[in-house]
Amino acid sequence: MAEELSKPEPQAVSADLPLLRIDAVVKTFGGFRAVDRLSLDIGAGEFFALLGPSGCGKTTLLRMLAGFETLDEGRILLNGTDIGPVLPHQRPVNMMFQNYALFPHLTVRDNIAFGLRRARMPRSQIDTRVAEMIALVKLEGLETRKPDQLSGGQKQRVALARSLARRPKVLLLDEPLAALDKKLRESTQLELMEVQRRLGMTFIIVTHDQEEAMTVADRIGVMAAGRLEQVATPRELYEAPGSRWIAEFVGDINLFEGQVASREANRLAVSTNAGMLLAAQPRQPITNTIVAVAIRPEKVKLSRRGPMPDPLNAQAVNRLEGVVTDVGYLGGLTTYKLKLDSGAVLRSSMANTARIDIDAYSAGQRVVAWFTPDDCVVLEQ
Amino acid sequence: MARTVNRITRFNISALALGLAFLYLPIVILVIYSFNASRLVTVWGGWSLRWYTEFFNDRAMLEAAWMSLRVAAASATIATLLGTLAAVALSRGDRFKGRTLFSGMLYAPLVMPEIITGLSLLLLFVALNAERGFWTVTIAHTTLTMCFVAVVVQSRLTSLDRSLEEAAMDLGCNPVQAFLSVTLPLIMPAIAAGWMLAFILSLDDVVIATFTTGPGSATLPIRIYSEVRLGVKPEINAICTLFIALIAVVIVAASFVSKLTRTRGESAAPL
Repeated sequence: MAEELSKPEPQAVSADLPLLRIDAVVKTFGGFRAVDRLSLDIGAGEFFALLGPSGCGKTTLLRMLAGFETLDEGRILLNGTDIGPVLPHQRPVNMMFQNYALFPHLTVRDNIAFGLRRARMPRSQIDTRVAEMIALVKLEGLETRKPDQLSGGQKQRVALARSLARRPKVLLLDEPLAALDKKLRESTQLELMEVQRRLGMTFIIVTHDQEEAMTVADRIGVMAAGRLEQVATPRELYEAPGSRWIAEFVGDINLFEGQVASREANRLAVSTNAGMLLAAQPRQPITNTIVAVAIRPEKVKLSRRGPMPDPLNAQAVNRLEGVVTDVGYLGGLTTYKLKLDSGAVLRSSMANTARIDIDAYSAGQRVVAWFTPDDCVVLEQ
Repeated sequence: MARTVNRITRFNISALALGLAFLYLPIVILVIYSFNASRLVTVWGGWSLRWYTEFFNDRAMLEAAWMSLRVAAASATIATLLGTLAAVALSRGDRFKGRTLFSGMLYAPLVMPEIITGLSLLLLFVALNAERGFWTVTIAHTTLTMCFVAVVVQSRLTSLDRSLEEAAMDLGCNPVQAFLSVTLPLIMPAIAAGWMLAFILSLDDVVIATFTTGPGSATLPIRIYSEVRLGVKPEINAICTLFIALIAVVIVAASFVSKLTRTRGESAAPL
């Protein structure tokens, strides 16, 4: 199943070494291991997201790539060369800061040209490059403004243009959209993807917003306590989470703990607190008998009488009965919370595909919830 | 709530008037009497600029004023240089051992009685067998005013986002270039304010200057003080009025500079 879902990996420049190799890197702050023997390869032209809760070490890792933090152990190889001892100003990477860090005493144009002047680029080339960058981030007409005369979204664009102007091999983005409001953030995410695709650069973004990571990134590395929990495409991360922690961290999920009761050809029967559930065999065979069956709310269908005897629903063998306790109308979706007869709680969400839905369920109503074994993921503790 | 606080009442006005009178009435009287034509300080004899011309013909007084200005400019400049370096070291340097002790020692002159500073410096200069005069007073004033500069500059540095310097380094500056091209322009208003503060403090000082100056190099406050002991001449009023005018100009300039900082959208240096 997962093989079909994963996208082909972006090609690395050389056959054996990726553009960026992070090799067993450790960073300790006064006894606290912020980054704990972390290894990761990132290919050229990839848009990679480091996702994790605050304090998981993702920003520390990014700052090590930029050169603002030294490594305690391990190596960082960029194009095969160890950049560990290279100072920030000599690294072919640039960073876009969370608060943008625009120079308040310089105009938009001078902010963008700052790095080019440092690189001793000829004047005429600087002018061309700055004009190019201003066009890229659509800031025409604001060249002579100072940062405090710009809106949040405009500042964000200047910061992006400034960090792209030197054409770095890798662009590091530290929560670049955190300060923008939701609507602007969503449109900026799309622009960021377009810029990345057009320039063909490698982008590494740090974010705690999983929707943002899913939207922009080719691959996501989920971090917790200084380690990478899983590195996967957004779809794989959501549909085939590698651990119970990730299943709960990324999106909403129903989890039922239980014991493996029987194993068939490619089915597992798990006796859980919600009843006997059938699930597909996971890719890696389960060794433990204590497992959790995970099912995303949108995969739980509701009906008044249970699945129709329909050839399409032939596999809909997991059937749980209960009472609707909560209904949440979210516009595009409606979420339902059920109290099952077994006492367990099950959440379901359904897309509101019709404007007038005569089949909508209300609190107190008895319903049958059903889902296929393929929609279940079996996770070990 | 703001309305009740801002309302102008008779009480507010009289309190304000009394407060201002308490602060400025003596100065106003001094300024008015500097234009007195009479030789007697307390008797009004009509308007005149006589005592100003008298001052500009008084060689000893002019020399003292020139000495004061030179000491103030020199010590303010040295104090600004050292104070800025200390502030940068304290707010940007890595946490070195004894950092707290160092910052405590830097700020000690702020609360040290001037008489102790003056006396200890006198002992030092005597021990070194240094000829007392312009340079000894300048050095003494530098030690007094440096900590004030450091306080002003450090508060500005603390409010300055460190990622600005990191961004400069990220864009190809080595640490020195990052400081010169980004940090320095942004803390310049605080440095200027610190210089002016040091200038004023040096110009005002009597105690430390008395201890550290030598024969023939009296500063203006010392000169005024010794003249007054022989009785107040109206000329002193004229000198003091000029002095007040100079200080007022510097203070207005300093507050203008710190306002400039504020309009840049960052918090201003305290002054």
